[in-house]
Amino acid sequence: MGVMQVSVGRRSSSRNWVELIGILLSWYLLYWVNDKFWDRLFFKVMNLNKNSKFSNSIRFFFYDSTKIVLLLVGITFVVTIFRSFITIERTQAFLGGKRKGVGNVISASAGVVTPFCSCSAVPVFIGFLNSGIPIGITLSFLIASPLVNEIAVGLLFTMFGWKIAALYAGSGLAIAIVAGLILGAMNAEKWVEPFVFAKAMNKQNGFAPILLTLEDRTRMGVEEARAILKKIWPFLLAGIAIGALIHGWAPTAFFAKYASASNPFAVLIAVLIGIPLYSNAAGVMPLVQVLHDKGLPMGTLLAFMMAVVALSLPEMILLKKVLKIRLLLIYVGIVGIGIIFVGYLFNAIL
Amino acid sequence: MEIKVLGPGCKNCITLNRIAHEVVEKMGISATFEKIEDYAAIASYGVMSTPALVVNGKLVMSGRVPTPRHLQEVLENLHSETSESATKLM
Repeated sequence: MGVMQVSVGRRSSSRNWVELIGILLSWYLLYWVNDKFWDRLFFKVMNLNKNSKFSNSIRFFFYDSTKIVLLLVGITFVVTIFRSFITIERTQAFLGGKRKGVGNVISASAGVVTPFCSCSAVPVFIGFLNSGIPIGITLSFLIASPLVNEIAVGLLFTMFGWKIAALYAGSGLAIAIVAGLILGAMNAEKWVEPFVFAKAMNKQNGFAPILLTLEDRTRMGVEEARAILKKIWPFLLAGIAIGALIHGWAPTAFFAKYASASNPFAVLIAVLIGIPLYSNAAGVMPLVQVLHDKGLPMGTLLAFMMAVVALSLPEMILLKKVLKIRLLLIYVGIVGIGIIFVGYLFNAIL
Repeated sequence: MEIKVLGPGCKNCITLNRIAHEVVEKMGISATFEKIEDYAAIASYGVMSTPALVVNGKLVMSGRVPTPRHLQEVLENLHSETSESATKLM
């Protein structure tokens, strides 16, 4: 029995490669067939009028929603496989001994590529501080990690081009670096709950690192892609509902009037709406796309997205266990001001 | 089998805990469960990516939620290892 189970758990590596390539090819096939499928369904099977504006917008809507879901799943899968080569422990070792300034830049960048779930923020915070990484550098890492999501970068790149993607990644990094520098200069250690330092990380309990096979990495990609599908639907539905609503009742002129770059409060309102919402950056993308189609400026949308991911109530409650309320408020203040600034800046220059 | 689920109690940790219970029940093996939610305790294990799964004192998984099938394979491998070393017949 034991032999059989071992062979189930560890397959030959050539089979793993076949599986991985199979997944990528099936994805490509779906992406390729997407346009043709809806075309055929609406105009051949259901025989809708190809020249009517209404049936065309329905077809486009289905095509576009499927496309964004496929992109999201595909990019998540690929990014997760690449990210599985980087672990938080490696990043921690790498950041040890880095000086302020350069250290903040490196740690913010490391925050983008190192994978971890948002509820790991506190264990990471404790682990980093205990290994001697300064608090400013630790916070740069923790701010950049949700703020600059590489899946969102990939989606922005495929949907809006490299300029928007680069602006998003660059401004997110800038916020994380500057916020970490400011908090570091304030000696924020005094606002950290004392138990974080008292119970130094017990190295004797440290585990041996887990060795991942290609099969594990492929599996993690599938797990992540599945998880994102579950996470995306509220925003997908919201996007669909808003899209339909705008189509039916509120003309694009409504948004042009109330939410355009010329409304000085638009960015502020977008950020305030974003705080109680919670998702990762990739999950918000379908909503961002619909609102962008309806004429909302990119700066307002990026500010909204950043507020959703970086300033979330559930995460604040988690962080409250290790940070005193004062530091938490300063943290929210600095990141919030940064996001609002980015929103206005992009509305002004794009 | 001694199973510990490490995580502060977010959605991923709850899911991993549930899957682990389901799999153990399905396999019909005896296991003790412990859920470690306290941050200081998690940190003392040296784990930074939650949810993490510790089986018989060995870190098996960290920072991911496996599918039930995958977790069953992993637990079966560990189970056969331990029962072989104990020369127990399954």
